[in-house]
Amino acid sequence: MIFLILLKAFLITLWVVFIGLLFLGIGRKITARIQKRYGPPFYQQFIDVIKLLAKESIWHHWIMILGAIMALGGLIATALHVPIAGILPYDSNGPIFLVLYLSAIGYLGMAMGVSASGNPNAPLGIGRALTLMLGYEIPFAAVLIIFMGLTKSSYFLQIAQSQAGGILHWNFIRYPLAFIGAEIAVQAMMAEKPFDQMIAPAEIASGPLVEWPGKFLGLGMIQMGVSVFIETAIITNLFLGPSHNILDFTLKQFGIYFIALCINAVMPRFKIENAAIYLWTIPLGLGLLQMLITFVL
Amino acid sequence: MLDKIQKDREKRQSAWEAVINYFRKRSLYMLHYCTGCGAIELPPIMTSRWDMERFGIAPMATPRQADILLVTGYASQKTIKRLIYTYEQMPNPKWVLGFGSCTINGGIYWDSYNVINKLDRYIPIDLFISGCMPRPQSILSAMKKLQEMIGKGEAKGYERYKQNYEWYKKNQRKLLERETPFLDGGEK
Repeated sequence: MIFLILLKAFLITLWVVFIGLLFLGIGRKITARIQKRYGPPFYQQFIDVIKLLAKESIWHHWIMILGAIMALGGLIATALHVPIAGILPYDSNGPIFLVLYLSAIGYLGMAMGVSASGNPNAPLGIGRALTLMLGYEIPFAAVLIIFMGLTKSSYFLQIAQSQAGGILHWNFIRYPLAFIGAEIAVQAMMAEKPFDQMIAPAEIASGPLVEWPGKFLGLGMIQMGVSVFIETAIITNLFLGPSHNILDFTLKQFGIYFIALCINAVMPRFKIENAAIYLWTIPLGLGLLQMLITFVL
Repeated sequence: MLDKIQKDREKRQSAWEAVINYFRKRSLYMLHYCTGCGAIELPPIMTSRWDMERFGIAPMATPRQADILLVTGYASQKTIKRLIYTYEQMPNPKWVLGFGSCTINGGIYWDSYNVINKLDRYIPIDLFISGCMPRPQSILSAMKKLQEMIGKGEAKGYERYKQNYEWYKKNQRKLLERETPFLDGGEK
């Protein structure tokens, strides 16, 4: 029994990494087309990761290695608890609170690892990432509270099942304000523009990744792919109805990522304090307004 | 017996190198060290006019993540120090592209008191792009050529640096530790 669960977890991990890297690759192509460029091939991200994993790496402290592994491990652990078209490695409905707790571990691991690297740009980037986290968690929590209150459950699968019966029953049509609020919060979660203060290559030299050579950067890219997968999967479960098979689910995920990419391609960057204030006003306001409409009126 | 094991290992290693070289040439991260006027030729090859990302070449912000160091234009007595630091921070395998006539023989600044005439004496350069300025097309064609060389395993500047480390260091020290003022004549 335990072996079956482990096997399932392993296969799901492979799927998550594959889809995450594929999304990043297609994303580069789409961004290029928006900018009237030809763009790299869609499998470019796989080539990059293989090359980086074969490159020489330097580390300044063993905490750096621990942090890199903890960041990737924390995110993969999170991905294993988000239902993919109802599939989970163990018998469960996808507990929301567990996912919220586990998703912080990835960032904390990264913060630990890059702080040990000793480059002044790295803590600066991590400081920005954690400030931004403070910003988007609150509107996202407001949106989650609406659906938890409506379905009287704290499980992803039950929220997804409650939207059964055609596209008109899907939450993004029934609760549009919450959807827009969550979309803005997810834009910040994925660190796409206008919320890419954490990376900001021209400003703080790619922030947390500044001192990550070779294999670390390869792990970092896989980690980026996994986090894109998790964030799109959460939104798909919350808003885009129950999915019948894994292809259906992946296409919906890609739809969410596509919106994020299009916004990313045409936006400049907020200052970090403005980004936090923006997240605490517009998306949080939309979430609270939706809450008011749903529960009071 | 030992010979056979050694040979087997070498064979396996070269097969592995051949596979990995394919990935190396298709994914190059570039750090451009913009010392001179050449930097202005770079925006057209990065953006939609000549889009270098279609060959898998992307700009990177830090030397730790970079594969190519592009030296655009002349290096002076002061910038050569930063150039050497940057080069030594990059993890192997790494390549250097010398851009413009200045890196080859000093270009129009050949008789200046503080311009480095032959950059190849201080860091190992894999490929020079001649011209003043080289057009974006020639930069792109140099990149393609470098990819070809990496694919065949010919671009081995970083190995050369390791093997002739003493010689490179001697040359660098001669510049960095000189005590006579530049305008005071003396050997350059």
